[in-house]
Amino acid sequence: MDEPLLSLRGLTKAYPGVVANDDVSFDIGHGEIHALLGENGAGKSTLVKMIYGLVQPDAGEMALRGAPFAPAEPSAARRAGVAMVFQHFSLFDALPVAENVALGMETPPKTRDLARQIRDVSEEYGLPLDPYRTVGTLSAGERQRVEIVRCLLQEPQLLIMDEPTSVLTPQEVEILFATLRKLKSEGRSILYISHKLDEIRALCDTATILRLGKRVATCTPTETSARELAEMMVGSSFAAPEPRGTAPGEVALEVAGLSLSAPGAFGTPLRDVGFELSRGEVLGIGGVAGNGQDELLSALSGERLAPRGTIFLMGQDVSRRRPVARRDAGLLSAPEERLGHAAAPDMSLTENGVLTAARRERIVRRGFIDWARAKGFAEKVIERFDVRTPGPGTAARALSGGNLQKFVIGREILQRPEVLVVNQPTWGVDAAAAAAIRQALLDLAAEGAAILVISQDLDELMQISDRFAALNEGRLSPARPVAGLTMERIGLMMGGAHDMEVAHGTA
Amino acid sequence: MESINPILLIASIMVSATPILLAAIGETVVERSGVLNLGVEGMMITGAVVGFAVAVNSGSPGAGFAAAALASAVLSLSFGVLTQLLLSNQVATGLGLTLVGLGLSALIGKPYEGMKSPTLPKLDLGPLSDLPILGRILFSHDIMVYLSIALVAAVWAVLKFTRAGLILRAVGENHDAAHALGYKVVRIRLMAIFFGGACAGLGGAYLSLVRVPQWTEGMTAGAGWIALAIVVFASWRPWRVLIGAYLFGGVTVLQLNLQAAGADVPVAILSASPYLVTILVLVIISARGVHGAPGSLGRPFHPGL
Repeated sequence: MDEPLLSLRGLTKAYPGVVANDDVSFDIGHGEIHALLGENGAGKSTLVKMIYGLVQPDAGEMALRGAPFAPAEPSAARRAGVAMVFQHFSLFDALPVAENVALGMETPPKTRDLARQIRDVSEEYGLPLDPYRTVGTLSAGERQRVEIVRCLLQEPQLLIMDEPTSVLTPQEVEILFATLRKLKSEGRSILYISHKLDEIRALCDTATILRLGKRVATCTPTETSARELAEMMVGSSFAAPEPRGTAPGEVALEVAGLSLSAPGAFGTPLRDVGFELSRGEVLGIGGVAGNGQDELLSALSGERLAPRGTIFLMGQDVSRRRPVARRDAGLLSAPEERLGHAAAPDMSLTENGVLTAARRERIVRRGFIDWARAKGFAEKVIERFDVRTPGPGTAARALSGGNLQKFVIGREILQRPEVLVVNQPTWGVDAAAAAAIRQALLDLAAEGAAILVISQDLDELMQISDRFAALNEGRLSPARPVAGLTMERIGLMMGGAHDMEVAHGTA
Repeated sequence: MESINPILLIASIMVSATPILLAAIGETVVERSGVLNLGVEGMMITGAVVGFAVAVNSGSPGAGFAAAALASAVLSLSFGVLTQLLLSNQVATGLGLTLVGLGLSALIGKPYEGMKSPTLPKLDLGPLSDLPILGRILFSHDIMVYLSIALVAAVWAVLKFTRAGLILRAVGENHDAAHALGYKVVRIRLMAIFFGGACAGLGGAYLSLVRVPQWTEGMTAGAGWIALAIVVFASWRPWRVLIGAYLFGGVTVLQLNLQAAGADVPVAILSASPYLVTILVLVIISARGVHGAPGSLGRPFHPGL
């Protein structure tokens, strides 16, 4: 361990208006799992892009095994033994597994040999894969396997993993960790990017924490508490949502026997989904991405009409009503994708406010838009939800993810919904903004609204939900009170073992 | 009706389909790389006029074809620079390219109206050409007919079996992922656009040097648009592009013969029939089986962060 595998010295990278990395230095040893921790926008991705040759540093230098290392492009980094598993963007849905793997290699062998190698490596590391399946048909966990196997085939010395567990079930996370530990035992090093502190404490030998582009500290995570790590990441402490003790009221939203065909080739059908949601209650729906979350939201919001007699709002059948009619009746929703679904990117915040609040806030009258009222509404959202923006005339695209998320959630909350359905309310949002959004949802529930939160962040669901259910391949498990749920049982629910659960619960 | 000779009819299908086939196979490559170039019509007619002018002045149809390919490819590069480097809108720029091509060709072509160009000789394939019926239908054409079919086979093989083809498809499928893996998205697309331009130029030159063979303003008469439609309905697959082009060529020849033979069908319907039949058949083909546009088709690529 005298000479580190990779050492970074004074790496600096600036983009117009922002310094993404400022004088960052640390070492990664041989056979070490090194965590890179930080909030969104702390400069983690820019740093690894420099190591992987996608971005050239403005200043500073790197050394690999003591020799200067300045990859001009990813293929140079790959030749030097650096491989990277991306969080997203690096698989081709329409191509089969083998071709996807070949694209990430310098000199791929013939398809048949490659397919055999893929089978061998994937079995050796406990990540079974069929080389001829089309990637678009794979689950999130399987897609990640494709990326990992693609890296492993090149015998990397350093494997960079960007938020690998954000799309996995707890069981899949265990499999991944076992694979990573095996790699470590073979003397390979791993640079592990995450903001999940428990994982880092369980897996990593060393952790480097970035904040606003600067290195804050390098420490041993097993000897540092999660709270200390979190405070180093954020730089200050932030408010955790307050627990509350409201008793649920009458049933506001009832869904029964909801089945819908898949919307497209890569979508998920909904199969016999049913639940009840009461006033003052928060129901959390978890599950691995792509198991019907988006489809459930669009069935509830009215973007896709449901079969008659499946969705009841305050006892009224709204299954065949369009989104506007459902909004009039008090069923509001905020989809996951902020730009392009929840908000029109090139329109101003005022205009985006009009788009969903036109009728409930009486912004449109006799077919004409009352712009003064529209601006007032947008300003109210901005003020109440602390949206950091120059003003309501700013285009939605110009806002950071967290600020736009606060705006689109706030926009719905201020319309006083009877039932609010949100999908991934804090996805890609920094910790402080996430806490504010969760608190706003809880406050809304305390005022008597019924809230359905669809999320892949289990910690979030455990924190704010009264009851929890999981989506698996379009089926919804029975909802169970959050109090008393163990991680293991949640994993089983997410994995689709509903029947066992029911038998277990009633026994 | 007796005046239609079936052998001659079928033989002329190949000649009639070749311009569209050349343009369509080029556009297939362009679209597989994720670029939507609507300027095929403009590039074809530029190829037609440049090929004609060079062939008349040099007396060599071969030189005409080469000049046509080069001229259209250079023209297509202007589209490439605008859309790939300056990130202009692909649809608008493609339409602009068509307008530029039509205008430019009318200007260049004015002195050449009414002239006759040297044309390509029919290849003599020896005993093959002497075969009864088949010899007339398949083996008595000029070299460009066979080149265009060879080009389809080559494009198919490159896309399916080679690494270059895989990278091209990957860029068209998901340019962000391809960029993350270190492939030069813009450079690959510029090369595809250049190839597509050259093919469209060859197709245009085939019209003015072999099919017609003379220069009239606007002589492509929508062939570029048909090529674009064939690419889409053929689900971006080379062999289906061939089927589509031959189908269109076949119906075109048939309806011309029917008109000449004085068939008892309104001329308007006969003239429209190639378009209708092509669309109908290709819709039926693409309605079944897996088909899908390249994932990044027409989307601008920002190499940013």
